[in-house]
Amino acid sequence: MTFGIVAWGAYVPRNRLDRGVIAATHAWLAPSLKGQAKGRRAFCNWDEDVVTMGVEAARNCLDARDRSVVRSIQLASTTTPTADLQSSAIVAVALRLGRNVRTFDFGGSQRAGIAGLSAALRASGGPALILASERLRAKPASPQEMQYGAGAAAFLLGTENVAAEVLGSSSITTLLVDHFRAAGVAHDYFWEERWIRDEGYLKIGVEAIRTALDEAGVAAADVASFIFPAPSRGVGAAVAKAAGIPAEAVADGLESDVGFTGTAHGPLMLTGVLDRAEPGQVIVVTGFGQGCDVVVLRATGAIASGRPGEPLAVLVAEGQTTQSYAQMAAFYGEIDPDQGMRAERDTKTALTEQYRSSDQVNGFVAGKCSSCGQVQFPQLAYCVSCQAPASALEPQCLAEEPASVLTYTADALTFHPSPPMYMGFVQFDAGARLLMEFVDVDPDGFDVGTRLRMRFRIKERDMTRGYYRYFWKAAPVA
Amino acid sequence: MASGIKDKVAIIGMGCSRFGERWDVGTEALLAEAFDEAMEDAGIERSQIDAAWTGSCFDRINVGNSAIPAATALRLDGIPVSRMENMCATGTEALRGAAYAVASGAVDIALAIGSEKLKDTGYGGLPVQTKGTFNDLWLPMGSAPAGFAQLATGYRSRHNIPKEDLKRAIGHVSWKSHQNGVLSPKAHLRKAVPIETILNAPMIAEPLGLFDCCGVSDGAAAAIVTTPEIARALGKHDLVTIKAIQLSVSSGLESTTDQWDGSYVRNTRNAASKAYKEAGITNPREQLGLIEVHDCFSITELVTMEDLFLSEEGRAVNDVLDGLYDRDGAVPCQVDGGLKCFGHPIGASGLRMAYEIYNQLLGRAGERQLSNVSIGLTHNLGGVPYLGVAAVSVLGLQ
Repeated sequence: MTFGIVAWGAYVPRNRLDRGVIAATHAWLAPSLKGQAKGRRAFCNWDEDVVTMGVEAARNCLDARDRSVVRSIQLASTTTPTADLQSSAIVAVALRLGRNVRTFDFGGSQRAGIAGLSAALRASGGPALILASERLRAKPASPQEMQYGAGAAAFLLGTENVAAEVLGSSSITTLLVDHFRAAGVAHDYFWEERWIRDEGYLKIGVEAIRTALDEAGVAAADVASFIFPAPSRGVGAAVAKAAGIPAEAVADGLESDVGFTGTAHGPLMLTGVLDRAEPGQVIVVTGFGQGCDVVVLRATGAIASGRPGEPLAVLVAEGQTTQSYAQMAAFYGEIDPDQGMRAERDTKTALTEQYRSSDQVNGFVAGKCSSCGQVQFPQLAYCVSCQAPASALEPQCLAEEPASVLTYTADALTFHPSPPMYMGFVQFDAGARLLMEFVDVDPDGFDVGTRLRMRFRIKERDMTRGYYRYFWKAAPVA
Repeated sequence: MASGIKDKVAIIGMGCSRFGERWDVGTEALLAEAFDEAMEDAGIERSQIDAAWTGSCFDRINVGNSAIPAATALRLDGIPVSRMENMCATGTEALRGAAYAVASGAVDIALAIGSEKLKDTGYGGLPVQTKGTFNDLWLPMGSAPAGFAQLATGYRSRHNIPKEDLKRAIGHVSWKSHQNGVLSPKAHLRKAVPIETILNAPMIAEPLGLFDCCGVSDGAAAAIVTTPEIARALGKHDLVTIKAIQLSVSSGLESTTDQWDGSYVRNTRNAASKAYKEAGITNPREQLGLIEVHDCFSITELVTMEDLFLSEEGRAVNDVLDGLYDRDGAVPCQVDGGLKCFGHPIGASGLRMAYEIYNQLLGRAGERQLSNVSIGLTHNLGGVPYLGVAAVSVLGLQ
């Protein structure tokens, strides 16, 4: 039985910054950045990280599919928020994949995204959710600040309705260190781009591609889509040419509106390719770093069945441009602006309480009263409407339930990392109601009755202890 | 049906500190300011106080939690003293505790005192606080104005009122209170403000601008209560008695179900209905000589006019703009400036409202004195409109 990619989905934060704004900010110091000042880069909001983007990519991938089949979840990233606390476990609870799902995180190199996908495809295990998510930091005025973006991708692997199957793969391992990031250090340290291209991409990359195509029994000329993720422009085209792959096969590197997303970049580009793939087309996807991994895929006749809720092109187009360099720099911790005494509020999390209520808070599980029918969040000891005991409450997840704005305000007084904080009552069609934070709000057109969808986000950042806690927020339906 | 406390308890002394940014004194001195005035008014000795209820909302920036620091500050020795905390209804709760003790016959004379020292935080607005270990995991950490701004959206959409019309009406609410505050010697803000300034002030939580928010003040207020019989024995002739004190607290219906449309405050309606019944008020618009309501934000006062059954539903905008609740209107509201201008030291506010009604009833309100006042109402709203506590009291001449 063929084991392959059954479904896929991406996530890209809505925030975009014009690269011209970055270049202008640093023009006094690094005038050469102007040469890269084309297009926009994506950046995470203060409440988005590897975990939240991973959850959103997975939701987009799983869409209306049966989640209960998923047996394992793996998350590739070099920028998980914690060194010792599994991000994939937080994702699994948010997705309500069940207590028996196998979770693991891995990283160690930006190669990890495609390496992980390749390993999972080759292992042919049970239905698995494969995630790659990245929120890279870049030193102000560095070329990487211009090149980097943020995003995540998810793949559901399995044997039913396989949309893309593996024809071949290869791996090369060397000690070509194009860049590195020391443990506990925020920024990457890069060697010269020309050396990386000539000795790395064009030699190691091309060799790995040839090996994989040989194993697959596919001629380079027959490749329909070619994915070679790299921080700088033009690399994919150069490698394709050297490998004999047609120029028109080179996939969009997402430079114009997203930027390079590290571990997630190959996977993210792959979701965009799969969104448009036709049955029979051959796709070559690569991951580079201390060598190279290559996977050769072929779209099956079921390719259309794997499409996500929202294709990558829509996520890319939904970007919301800000002109504030300082906002991005503050969200990424590159500057530490004064936020007033209200920011001193202690946000210590009672881990005992978090565990007791993790189904409610992380899984967004409301209770539906079997006695009176009221759907309610939170679930307390008695039904809010008929006072039936908690044992009468049946779990009902609100994460995918449609809702609309009942009341709202823009709060300019409270401490918020990105003021004003939009908050108000969310009325779910199913009857539940609760006060929530609104995100991705465009003040024009946001009013009572605006339709909403739920987003998994960081609720509070405990800067004293370095702990983030998560909850759901409501975003206008685009 | 319980018989209630109507006319079972008389107020024989009241005191109120000067409200405002009291950089000069701490909580202990504020308590003493209110206490001394109330004791002098009552004409009793400390040893005659049988029990006391002290109220404050934020323990970390006041005297501290429990009743011990307040008892120590006032040197109340060896008597039962209880600390009361029920957000902005704290002051009225302290009065309720003292009144119930007297009405039950458990004590002869009781003290209710509330205070708040809000200006020891280092920043403007209310102190930031936790909502409990579970609620902190999911509830947005909005400010107080953000909570009350929800009422503005809910009211506007329920009654199809254009944003500008509502903004003008709530602007008038604040304009009127600034006019009134000028006549209050102990008020925090004693300056009339042009309506244009109010309407064009910086936004705090839309649609609430700076002048839609009440003063954040330091202050204390106190009442001494006893039975009407003891009051007369102490030589009191004009007796102000408590006609009713009622409370209503949310159980989550408004914030968790669709049984609330966002346009009114259910707790106020509950507490007002019960208080009117206890006090025997059948036509509040005709019977109430003045009202002191919880105008923490201008929108709160406007909606409260409907929740107290003074304005028809959806008509408060017109009534407010017509001046019905102005000083010279049919139902004078906030004649001392209200929370908006007299100030809002949380634990003191309910007792400050009672202080104004008490003085008006006894004809001691100086420049602010209204004519022919025999009954007045106080209203507090703690928490937020959809998850909170409302307290309504009715005071009158016996």
